[in-house]
Amino acid sequence: MKINTLLTMATSSILKNKMRTMLTMLGIVIGVGAVIVMVAVGHGAQSQIEAQIKNLGTNLIVITPGSSAAGGASQGAQTFNRLTIADADKITAESTLLSAVSPVIVTRTQVITGSGNWRTEINGVSTDYLTIRDWNVTSGALFTNDDVVANRKVAVLGSTIVKNLFPDSDPVGSQIQLGNVPFTVVGVLAPKGQTSSGVDQDDIVLVPYTTAQDRLSGFTFLGQILASAQSPTDMTAAQDEIRSIMRESHGLPNGAPDDFTVRDQTAIAQAATSTTSVMTGLLAAIASISLVVGGIGIMNIMLVSVTERTREIGIRMAIGARGSDVLTQFLVESVVMSLLGGLIGLAVGFGGAALLGHLMGWSTSTPLIAVAAAVGFSAAVGMFFGFYPARKAAALDPIQALRYE
Amino acid sequence: MSTPVIELTGVTKVYQMGETEVYALRGVDLSVSAGEMIAVMGSSGSGKSTLMNILGCLDVPTAGSYMLDGIRVNGMTRNERADLRNRKLGFVFQGFNLLPRTTAVANVELPLLYDRTGRFTSTRALAVEALTRVGLGARLEHQPSELSGGQQQRVAIARALVTQPTLLLADEPTGNLDSKTSIEVMALFQELNEQGITVIVVTHEPDIAQYAHRVVDVRDGRILRDHAVAAPRRAADDVRTIDTDADGLRATALQEVV
Repeated sequence: MKINTLLTMATSSILKNKMRTMLTMLGIVIGVGAVIVMVAVGHGAQSQIEAQIKNLGTNLIVITPGSSAAGGASQGAQTFNRLTIADADKITAESTLLSAVSPVIVTRTQVITGSGNWRTEINGVSTDYLTIRDWNVTSGALFTNDDVVANRKVAVLGSTIVKNLFPDSDPVGSQIQLGNVPFTVVGVLAPKGQTSSGVDQDDIVLVPYTTAQDRLSGFTFLGQILASAQSPTDMTAAQDEIRSIMRESHGLPNGAPDDFTVRDQTAIAQAATSTTSVMTGLLAAIASISLVVGGIGIMNIMLVSVTERTREIGIRMAIGARGSDVLTQFLVESVVMSLLGGLIGLAVGFGGAALLGHLMGWSTSTPLIAVAAAVGFSAAVGMFFGFYPARKAAALDPIQALRYE
Repeated sequence: MSTPVIELTGVTKVYQMGETEVYALRGVDLSVSAGEMIAVMGSSGSGKSTLMNILGCLDVPTAGSYMLDGIRVNGMTRNERADLRNRKLGFVFQGFNLLPRTTAVANVELPLLYDRTGRFTSTRALAVEALTRVGLGARLEHQPSELSGGQQQRVAIARALVTQPTLLLADEPTGNLDSKTSIEVMALFQELNEQGITVIVVTHEPDIAQYAHRVVDVRDGRILRDHAVAAPRRAADDVRTIDTDADGLRATALQEVV
């Protein structure tokens, strides 16, 4: 029998009992709806975390000083500081997979204005720093390369500093003191918020690394070097490249351990996303139980339907329907019913997710794969739970079936 | 001589009822040629239903052979018999057996949808044609519940005809109809038979059997008597007589009222 004939036949017999069909589909509607809402909420949370991690920087790679070994006892990370400006320059010059590199000199000092003071973290950085951190200035501008080269005493303030020291005015152009060195404010950073571990990223002052080295810290060594890979797919290759440039720069012989560490945020990202994906999976699993319950509802109704329509089955067989024709007919009916329920459930799920997002202020998003899975799964439920009743119908003896009252 | 439509030789059917064996048919021989109109008569328990089921390829004999239109039915699988029923047979039942809540034309179209030979292209047109042939061209979209018993049986006959079967099998086709409608249905069978279709009517009513050209009496699983009817009654004539009688009665009644 042609597929469209089968579908017409199935829909017409489903429509003959509208109320019953609706109630039967309800189970699947609720099941699919629940799965979609749960996945939407879970996935929304997941993408929020991903966005937070991306907030740290674009394809961020962090190079920190490595450990030194004294007499066989490892001293732990950052004990032997051998990260220099020369290393940063060499990476900038030789790397092929990086889009930006910035040395970072970290020091803490007091920011003093005419009206108050604030202790904060001073970062000596290059002009690439904002690109790497995916950060912008809201007022003024970042210092220029000329400023860096000429060791100029210019500073860019984080928004927390501005809030505390310049509550009512634009600080651009004003004079501040970092420790006892006078600086000119040239820009204000856009607020970036807290990191996932709760550190206020806006409590910061950026100055040229040359100036920081010269006038503030006095260190020749860098706290870290930040770099940005050209694309997320290059992350691993870029790190390998940095590693070999660094080894060459430090003149490390083959077999000697690295005296620096190269990291990216994938590890942090993985930990955070895996937690939420476990949650999403758990929620979806609970929701899919209702899908199975819906499937049992379909099986129940199909069994009733087969008994009720015994005579019809007998007639169909008498006029030439094979067992397989009857089997297909009932199977198509249950699949059409569950698929239809799945589609309605999809609409309900999207509606529910949107409503929840609106009411609770959660960000929700449904990946296309979840939609496909929900629809596919509901069809599979129809197939699985429709099979037994359909087989029962197909196995009927036409003589008995025709005589059935 | 052409192949007989039906050739039963020594057909026996035994049902196993627990420990005991029940003989429904005990060696039936029957040959039916193309174009015949036969009434199979017998009381309940005579084995005529079993015979009907075997002739209709719904059941298989325990022993003996059954040739339908030159095709050996014994040893066929379930599917082969289903296909054979679709190709060669048209069924008419006592209870009409139409699909409820399904239009007349959809009911008639149904057997065409199960065809596996690809003989039929425009199934709906054929269904309309068959319904027109039984005089229901104006009732195509009616559901069984909207039709009278006689009309429902006509739909069933159209359904049996639509595949152009070799043999029309009617099992107590008038059992649920009043006498006038019964005669009308028999007139339709006679008309179709005159057009060349082989018809077998199973009945226990002698009134109905008298419209056949040949009557086969079945009793206790055997054919008791198989005889030709010299001058079968013409149902169409009887319908006319009833109409005249009814008009006469109505006229009398009217006069009495006046």
